[in-house]
Amino acid sequence: MAQVDVAHISKVHVSAKGEPLLALRDVSFHVENHEFFSIVGPSGCGKTTLLNILAGFEQPTRGEARIDAERITRPGWERAVVFQEYALFPWYTVIENVRYGLRRKRLPEAEQIRLVKHYIGLVDLTGFETRYPSELSGGMRQRVSIARALAVNPLLLLMDEPFASLDIQTREYMQDELLKIWQRERPTVIFITHSIDEAIKLSDRVAIMTPRPGRIAEIKTVDSLRPRDLTNPALVRLATEVRSWLRQQVFETSPVA
Amino acid sequence: MTVSLPNDAFQQTDRGETVTADALTAAMVRVTRPRWKRMLAQVSRFWLLAVFIVVWQLVSTYGQRINPQLDVMLPPPTAVLSAAQDLMARHVLMTHILDSLRRVLVAVGVAALLGVPLGLAMGWFDRFQAVVDPVIEFIRPIPPLAWIPLSILWFGIGDAQIEYIIFLAAFFPIVLNSMAGARDTDRYLVRAGLSLGARPHDLLFTVLLPGALPNIFTGLRIGLGIGWMALVAGELVAAPSGLGYLINNARTIFRSDYILLGMVLIGVLGLILDYVMRQLMRISMPWHRAV
Repeated sequence: MAQVDVAHISKVHVSAKGEPLLALRDVSFHVENHEFFSIVGPSGCGKTTLLNILAGFEQPTRGEARIDAERITRPGWERAVVFQEYALFPWYTVIENVRYGLRRKRLPEAEQIRLVKHYIGLVDLTGFETRYPSELSGGMRQRVSIARALAVNPLLLLMDEPFASLDIQTREYMQDELLKIWQRERPTVIFITHSIDEAIKLSDRVAIMTPRPGRIAEIKTVDSLRPRDLTNPALVRLATEVRSWLRQQVFETSPVA
Repeated sequence: MTVSLPNDAFQQTDRGETVTADALTAAMVRVTRPRWKRMLAQVSRFWLLAVFIVVWQLVSTYGQRINPQLDVMLPPPTAVLSAAQDLMARHVLMTHILDSLRRVLVAVGVAALLGVPLGLAMGWFDRFQAVVDPVIEFIRPIPPLAWIPLSILWFGIGDAQIEYIIFLAAFFPIVLNSMAGARDTDRYLVRAGLSLGARPHDLLFTVLLPGALPNIFTGLRIGLGIGWMALVAGELVAAPSGLGYLINNARTIFRSDYILLGMVLIGVLGLILDYVMRQLMRISMPWHRAV
């Protein structure tokens, strides 16, 4: 697994009108091996831009991101991504979706089949191997997407609001499942979310981003044993702290509110 | 605490009947109708067509009493049928059909071979599209008919000239639909592919092509349909055989029953070709059926 170094990243987007728009301002942080690191912030704070830079889909205007000291310049399997809208290939069955990265890595056939079986079992989808994504529920689709990302054995798992389009029950179930998988496989995870509770429930550390231009305002450590009970007073206090802090930020920067 | 469900509420139909488990099972059986009933439903779709043919027959036969020229102007279906028997007896009908089919399939095949890759490239690469689009849009409005004189100069008299006319008709819908298909490619699927280690040519076969397939098929269906419609134009001037030739030749000898036979055959074969295309589409996109 891997360490991630983000150093002084700024990103300027060009709006539809052709005006420059500062999306990220001087973002720096370090993620340890095996760490579960979350980034929370209001929508439009540049969380997804940051993840796109880490994935290699976008280039930073200033600064750089490194994984195990190697500079990130383009997408690659060592940084697998789980998208909010799953991004499963509709024309492939569950098996072929999970196998996609293994085929690209040109692993031996038997090894591919073994890994596919293992990861489909890991996300509890045995029996659904020959289904197409359109035949699965939202939660099941996201589990396929997680299996597909894990199967390539990435150094870093990037998750972009993976549970945001699921209903609350499914979301909580998926959070528990993700924790189990993380504890068993121990990938380094960078997890983007707008849910403070979700970040506190899952992460070792939570980075808080300000509204645009996105900046890391603070990084909180959550040192409570998993599985966590969010009604635990210490965690409630932490959540309240983060929440009021974020609210203050939104009030300060938004002229409407 | 136990939650009590309002059992009665959801077991009642909108007519207020209470549905028992047995009734539900019976309803499910009713939904899956027996095979012969489904086939009957399929066949019964054609009743309007049957009415149309009967009315045509009646108008032609009884109309002749009012206007004797109707014999030539609109021969009845029975006359078309006997024209078919006549041509079959002389062993020329199958030759006409097969020659036309071969020309259309060759022409549309070439149009697909050139048009699909061109369309996909235009949809994928914006700069390529920007350059090629004016050329396409300039040639596209020229009707295939207008190409006939030049095409004879270029290809002489024979299959190549006819196929060129049909090709021109089929080419543009294939290009434009393939382009639309590539343009619709889901950006997230491209990113997913890249982050799983896909190289550009992997994306072509695993994301671009399957994603564009529904549109490609639409283009092929339209191309085949329009190509088939251009058959008569293709075989207008210099064809030694074919359904278009049959129609044109019958015109010079005043045999309107042959003309109608040619028209009916073009219609029926066009219908069959489209049916074959739809089946091909179903088979090649199993994920589309699965919902």
